[in-house]
Amino acid sequence: MATDATIHVHHLTRVEGHGDIVAEIADGQLKEARFDIVEAPRFFEGFLRGLPPSEVTHIASRICGICAVSHKCAALKATEAALGVEISPQTNLLRRLAFHGEVLSSHLLHIYFLAAPDFLGLPSVMPLVDSDPALVRRAMRLKQIGYDLAAMVAGRHTHPVAMTIGGFSYLHDPGDFQPMRERLVAIREDLDASIELFATIDIPDLERPTEYVSLKNPDRYAFYEGDVFSSDGHRIPARRYREAIRERVVAGSTAKHARWNRPEYLVGALARFNNNYDQLHDAAKSAAERLSLHPPVHNPFMMTVAQLVECVHCVEDAIELIDEITDAGIDPAQQQSPCEPGEGWGVGAVEAPRGILFHEYEYNADGKCVAANHVIPTAQNLANLEADMRLFVPTIADQSTDRIQHLLEMLVRAYDPCISCSVH
Amino acid sequence: MATERTIGRFAHRPQVAFFDFACCEGCQLSVLQLEENLLEILEHVDVVTWREAMSEESSEYDIAFCEGSITREEDIERIKRIREKAEVLVTLGSCASGGCHNELKNQWSMEEMTGLVYGDHADEIDTIPSRPISAVVDVDYQTFGCPVSLPEFVTVVKRILTGQSYDPPNQPVCVECKHNDYLCVFEKGTVCLGPVTRCGCGAICTAYGDPCRGCRGLMDSANLGALLKAWTREQAHAILGKVVERYGFTEEEILARVRVYNNWPELELPDLSPEEAGPDGD
Ligand code: SF4
Ligand code: SF4
Ligand code: SF4
Repeated sequence: MATDATIHVHHLTRVEGHGDIVAEIADGQLKEARFDIVEAPRFFEGFLRGLPPSEVTHIASRICGICAVSHKCAALKATEAALGVEISPQTNLLRRLAFHGEVLSSHLLHIYFLAAPDFLGLPSVMPLVDSDPALVRRAMRLKQIGYDLAAMVAGRHTHPVAMTIGGFSYLHDPGDFQPMRERLVAIREDLDASIELFATIDIPDLERPTEYVSLKNPDRYAFYEGDVFSSDGHRIPARRYREAIRERVVAGSTAKHARWNRPEYLVGALARFNNNYDQLHDAAKSAAERLSLHPPVHNPFMMTVAQLVECVHCVEDAIELIDEITDAGIDPAQQQSPCEPGEGWGVGAVEAPRGILFHEYEYNADGKCVAANHVIPTAQNLANLEADMRLFVPTIADQSTDRIQHLLEMLVRAYDPCISCSVH
Repeated sequence: MATERTIGRFAHRPQVAFFDFACCEGCQLSVLQLEENLLEILEHVDVVTWREAMSEESSEYDIAFCEGSITREEDIERIKRIREKAEVLVTLGSCASGGCHNELKNQWSMEEMTGLVYGDHADEIDTIPSRPISAVVDVDYQTFGCPVSLPEFVTVVKRILTGQSYDPPNQPVCVECKHNDYLCVFEKGTVCLGPVTRCGCGAICTAYGDPCRGCRGLMDSANLGALLKAWTREQAHAILGKVVERYGFTEEEILARVRVYNNWPELELPDLSPEEAGPDGD
């Protein structure tokens, strides 16, 4: 039993950005369990000021290279709300399709390249390049289809080029979507193999019910739009998010922490799964069944598994969206809604792969941005992660220091933190 | 600060490391999208350090790919240490090579920036005016773009492995845009920075009807003064004239756009000859 253990992981690997795990056990008692964000801040909220809406929405996707479509769309939605721009049903559909691509690429990057090595007892996927090339190719195929789907709609995934205020700068041709549809159908087999793999892995035990926060939409499993919903029973329109979500600066961290009804809450795949399970595609529900995932799930290690379930949903829903757009055809009149720059204030909320994301902008009469605020999923999760760490460490304190460290690294990775994004 | 250092072929299988500084990490991620190309590259090198993708770590490496901008004192030290160890240092993308939007914050004092975002805790935040890696240490190869242009990345990798140098292209994006027969976005009344921006991206933005925002940085020879004149003066080219007539862009508006990716060192208004300058000498 490690009655005394000091763990300091400097710059945790296989996560996006720079964070340190700090944990201390003395005389068998937990003294400290933290995840410090030590990423260099970039100050988007400062330097976006003075820029016109076109540049604000262009730069905003650069908050994150992994969830560029989410940031782009949150910025577009906030700006469109500020300027009173209504987008067409076609634009709405195409944006939703791009989201599926982003969720797939981001989740699969995490599932295979960041999280899986822990379950396979490897330091990274690199050793598999020689030992199990089939698995590496499968992982790459899966990740790539997400990028390509987003790029099909947005011109490029990192960073989107064709998404503009009011719609798209580019007129799509539904014929171009057919090869992608075929690939999506074919990728089911790879997802199936992934489910098989993850159905057999050992997930560490940790149960801690918490507040789950996500978007909620009456019509569908929400990624692109909805109200802000808490599993503690509250639901508010996104533009009033400040009434619910409170951010605070904490010492030792360049990312802010957040709270709503409880001192901490969870966002991301598991929160969406718990809040919106009924709206998942049937194929995703049966995947959840195979993976023994039944809502509500209170084990944060299951986030990776919930991501896999969402991948199934995204593939199936993307196929349906492509069929819908193929039947309806592309209507050039719906490509781009008019936009007059001017004064206004607006909020845009979306479900980024890692959870609910808010952008808020204010523009003055000259059409220049005067205030910007971004609330990032990873930052919202930090308080919840640390609460999990505090509960978890005493349950594993009888193991070797190396093992405790490894399990803590796994826990942090399960959150799929996107640190440079959380600092922005 | 690209140097003339000549780099021969490696006597052994080169060891490669990836490092990131302040940025969105989109360039690393784009490299991961290379698929087949990536697997081919892996046949010729060993990746020994890549924090984002692997837990293995080595203090020995020959080639360092560095992404992001330098925004803290401690990062100046870190990049210098990397420079000392690496035989070849490559900057990955515009945050590292040029200016990118990180440098926009340099328009304000650092106190104002930290106060705005961190309030009472502003004092705890270490931040200095943002600068590209190429402004801090000698760089052997530069790649540009936000995100990095992948064909350029592959070219640079091949050049490194075969011991050749690489000069970034110094022609405007317009060349690639016209070569591909894309519709000039000026026709839509939008300001495009293609005429002054370093090509090499295949004009991907104008391909999708969006203007070039200049993410690959100004060409070395970019004639910003002429561009401003063209866009703001009556004698402009017919299309430009139409745009000016319709939208009346001012020099400051155009500069604001150029600044988005080119604010290092701080962008200054180029001299316009006196007879063409405005009455207030702007
Ligand atoms: S150059 Fe652009 S894509 Fe690359 S890291 Fe910087 S912000 Fe991200
Ligand atoms: S769209 Fe831009 S890059 Fe293309 S020709 Fe016109 S000005 Fe040049
Ligand atoms: S067209 Fe301009 S903004 Fe777009 S990728 Fe090329 S250089 Fe960058």
